[in-house]
Amino acid sequence: MNENVKKKREPLNDTQLLMTITICIFIVMYLLAMALLKGGFLHAQQIFDLLNDNASLIIVSCGLTVVMIGGGIDISVGAVTSLVVMSCILYLNKGGNVLLALMLALGIGLAFGLVHGFLISYLEIQPFIVTLAGMFFARGMTTILSVNPQKVDHEGFETLRNTKIEIPWLGYVAKNGNLVPARMELGVVIAFFCIIVVFVILMFHRLGRNFYAMGGNQQSALMLGINVKKTRFLSYIISGLLSGISGFVLMMHTGAGNATNAAGMEMNAIASSIIGGTLLTGGVGNVAGTFFGTMTLTTIKKIVVSSGLKDPWWQSITTGGMLCFFILLQSIVLGKRQKKKKA
Amino acid sequence: MQERALLEMRGIKKRFPGVRALHNVDFTLRKGEIHALMGENGAGKSTLIKILTGVYQMDEGNVYVDGEAVAIHSPQDAQNTGISTVYQEITLCPNLTVAENMFIGREGGAFVNQKEYRKRADEQLQNLGIPARGAQMLGSCSLAVQQMVAIARAVDMQCKVLILDEPTSSLDDKEVNMLFGLMRDLKSKGVGIIFVTHFLEQVYEVSDRITVLRNGELVGEYLTEDLPQVQLVAKMMGKSLDELSDLEEIGSREAVAGEVFYEAEGLASEETNPFNFSIRKGEVNGFTGLLGSGRSESVRAIFGADKVTGGKVNINGKEVKISRPIDAMKSGIGYLAEDRKRDGIIADLSVRENIILALQVMNGFFKPISRSESEAFADEYIKALKIKTASSETPVGSLSGGNQQKVILARWLLTHPDYLILDEPTRGIDVGTKLEIQKLVLQLAKEGVSVTFISSEVEEMLRTCSRLIVMRDRHIVGELKGQDLNQAQVMKTIAGGEAE
Repeated sequence: MNENVKKKREPLNDTQLLMTITICIFIVMYLLAMALLKGGFLHAQQIFDLLNDNASLIIVSCGLTVVMIGGGIDISVGAVTSLVVMSCILYLNKGGNVLLALMLALGIGLAFGLVHGFLISYLEIQPFIVTLAGMFFARGMTTILSVNPQKVDHEGFETLRNTKIEIPWLGYVAKNGNLVPARMELGVVIAFFCIIVVFVILMFHRLGRNFYAMGGNQQSALMLGINVKKTRFLSYIISGLLSGISGFVLMMHTGAGNATNAAGMEMNAIASSIIGGTLLTGGVGNVAGTFFGTMTLTTIKKIVVSSGLKDPWWQSITTGGMLCFFILLQSIVLGKRQKKKKA
Repeated sequence: MQERALLEMRGIKKRFPGVRALHNVDFTLRKGEIHALMGENGAGKSTLIKILTGVYQMDEGNVYVDGEAVAIHSPQDAQNTGISTVYQEITLCPNLTVAENMFIGREGGAFVNQKEYRKRADEQLQNLGIPARGAQMLGSCSLAVQQMVAIARAVDMQCKVLILDEPTSSLDDKEVNMLFGLMRDLKSKGVGIIFVTHFLEQVYEVSDRITVLRNGELVGEYLTEDLPQVQLVAKMMGKSLDELSDLEEIGSREAVAGEVFYEAEGLASEETNPFNFSIRKGEVNGFTGLLGSGRSESVRAIFGADKVTGGKVNINGKEVKISRPIDAMKSGIGYLAEDRKRDGIIADLSVRENIILALQVMNGFFKPISRSESEAFADEYIKALKIKTASSETPVGSLSGGNQQKVILARWLLTHPDYLILDEPTRGIDVGTKLEIQKLVLQLAKEGVSVTFISSEVEEMLRTCSRLIVMRDRHIVGELKGQDLNQAQVMKTIAGGEAE
C-alpha cells in the first residue's frame, strides 16, 4: 500500500502528511530493528507473524478510524470482539455450520452497531457513554455465555483455521536445509480485504466523503445538505460490523476464547488510529495510515520483547510513550502548518 | 409589472419559548432581483432565513416557489427546491478540498469522481473570477475566498433563490465589489437574491427592493429608489432620528489633553511588526485600515492576546510587562475581542455567569464572587445596558447578536478598566445597539477611561474617536486628528496617496 501522495503540485493535506510521517517512522524503526536486533527481524516471517497475530486488531482499528474521522468514538470494539469469539465458539461446538457462525459474528457486530448508532445519532447521546455501556454489556454477556475458557472443537472450522497461505519465495532455509515458506493466515487476507473496502469507501464513496465532512465541521456538513444523522449512524454500523469480523478472525487465530479475550483491544485500536494519523477531533485520518499505525504499535512491542524486556509492563510503558510522542508530533506539525498559513 | 413571483412566503409565524420570533410575515422575491432584507437584531431576519433553508420549521404559513407550495423540512429540501444559502459564518468543511466543498452533499452517484469535481470546480471558479483552485484544501484559503467558494457552490447548483446572509462582513472593499459584480451577474441570469446586511450603503448600491422587519413583524416592502436612507433607518428602528443627530453633535471631538495612560515603544507580537502607540486618559482613539492591515493584531498585542515578542510598555509612567491577557487585565486593560463567538461569549453559560467572568478571573479563583453579589452585578448591567434577556440566568447563546455583545461589554465594564479596547464591537449588530455602544464609549471617555475603538465602518469611528491611527500592510502609516478627521482624508491615508 503506497502512501497516497498525489503527483500534482498541491501540498500534502493533513491526512496525507500525518500518514506519511507514520509510514516513514515505521520503516526507519523496522530497519533499525533489523540492523540492531537481527534475529527474527531479518526474516520476512516476522512481518507475517505480526500480521497473523494482529489481523483482528487491524480490522477493529479500521472501524474505529471510520468512527473517529466522523468525529465520534467507539470503545466497545474489544468487548464486542470478545463476545463474538465466545458466541461463535459455543455455537460451533454445538455442531453449528461455519458459514452460519460467520453470519452470527456479523449479526452480533451489526446489532451493536445499530444500537450504538441509533442512540448516538438519533437520540444524540454522547458516543463515549453509549459505547462504554456497550462495552460493559458485551463483556457481561461474554461472561454469562461461559465463565470458563472454551476451545473450538469443530472439524470444518479446524480445516479453515489451519488453512495457511504459503509464500515460498519469502521463506528461509532452516538449519537442517529445509525450506520453510512464509506463512500467512486467512485472517490476514480478510484484514487486507477490510482495509481495501474501507479505504475505497473513505476515499471515493460519497458516504466516506460525508464522514470527513461531518468530522471536519458538523454544522457545515448539515448546511451542505448532508444527512448528518444518517451518516453518523452508518459510521457506527461499519464499526460494529468490523468488530464482528474481527471476532471471527480472532477466533480463527486463537481457536479458543475466554471472558477476558481481547481485553484492552479498544485502547490499542484507538492508539493505532491515532498513530496512523487520525485526529480525535475528527475529519482527518485514513485507514492506510491506521494499518501502519497498528504495525508500528505492534512492532514496537515486539522490539521491546526482543530486546530482553520480557515483563509485560514494558510493553505498556513503551506504548504509552509512543502514543505521547505521536500526539506531540502531530500537534507540532499541524501547529507549524497553521502558523505558515497565517503568515 | 405583474410577473409571477419566484418565491412567496405568506403569513409566516414562528414562536420560540417565550419569544414571538415571527408573526404574520409575508415576503416576496421576484425573478432577477436583489432583495434586501432589513431589520434590527431580533427583528426576525435570521429566523425567516432559517425557515426558508429548513433549519427551523415554521409554526404556520405557506411557502411557494414558482407558484407551487413547497414544504421545506431540512437543508436538503431547500437545496432541492433551488434555495441556496451563504451564511455569515463559513459553513464549509476546511478539511476537504475546494472542489469537494462545492459538490459534496448534492445528488450524484455512489462514487465520487475527484478529478471530474476538480475540473468542474476550476471551470466554475474561473468563470466567477474566484482566486482558488479546486484541488486546494479549503482551510488554506482566506475567509473571503472561502465565502466565495460557498457562492460558487450555490451558483453551480443552478439555484433559483440565493440567500446571502451578511456576506460582506468579513470582506474588504475590493472583495465586496467583486461580490457585487457576481451578484449583478447572477441577477441578470434570473436568480433571485435575498441580501441580508447591516451596511446601509451596500443595500443602496445593489438592491432593487427592500423588505423591512421589526420585532418579528413585517413593516413593509419598498422599491429601493423610493425609500431614502434616513427613512429606512427610521422604519427599522421604529423611532425618529433624533438620537442619531444627538450623536452627530457629540462627534468630531477635540483632542484630549489628559496625562498619558498607556505608552508602548516598539511593541511587537508574533502577528505584528514593532509599533509605537500611546493613549491619554479619557481619550478615544481608533485603529483603521483595510482588512488584514493589522489593526486587530495591534490591539491583541497590547492586550497580550498574541505572543508578545518585544517592546517596552509603560502604564501611568511605570514600566510593566504584559505578555498574557491576565497581565493586561491586572494593569486595568479590558479587551472586547473581534470574534465574539470565538473569543467572547461562552454560549452555554448564563448571562450572569458571562458577566462576572472577567472580574472572577481578576479576583482569582480563591475569592469567589457570592451568588447574591453576582446576581446584583448582572441585574445592574442588564438594566444599564438594556440587555434584552428573559432573565439573568438565560444562556447567552440564545440572545441576539447585539445583546450578546452587550453582555461581553458588561463583563469588561464590571472590572472598571482604565483602558478599554473594543475591537469591532458593532459588527453584525443592529443600528440601535450600534448607537448605544457608541454613546457608551463617549460616556466612558467622559469619565476618564481611555478607549480604543475599532470598527470597519469609518463613519462610526469618525463620530467617536478624537484620533485615528491608520494602518496599512501591518504598519502604522498615519495618525489623523482634528480637521483631518474626515472620510476623504482617512480614505486617502489608507490608500496611501500622499500621506504626509
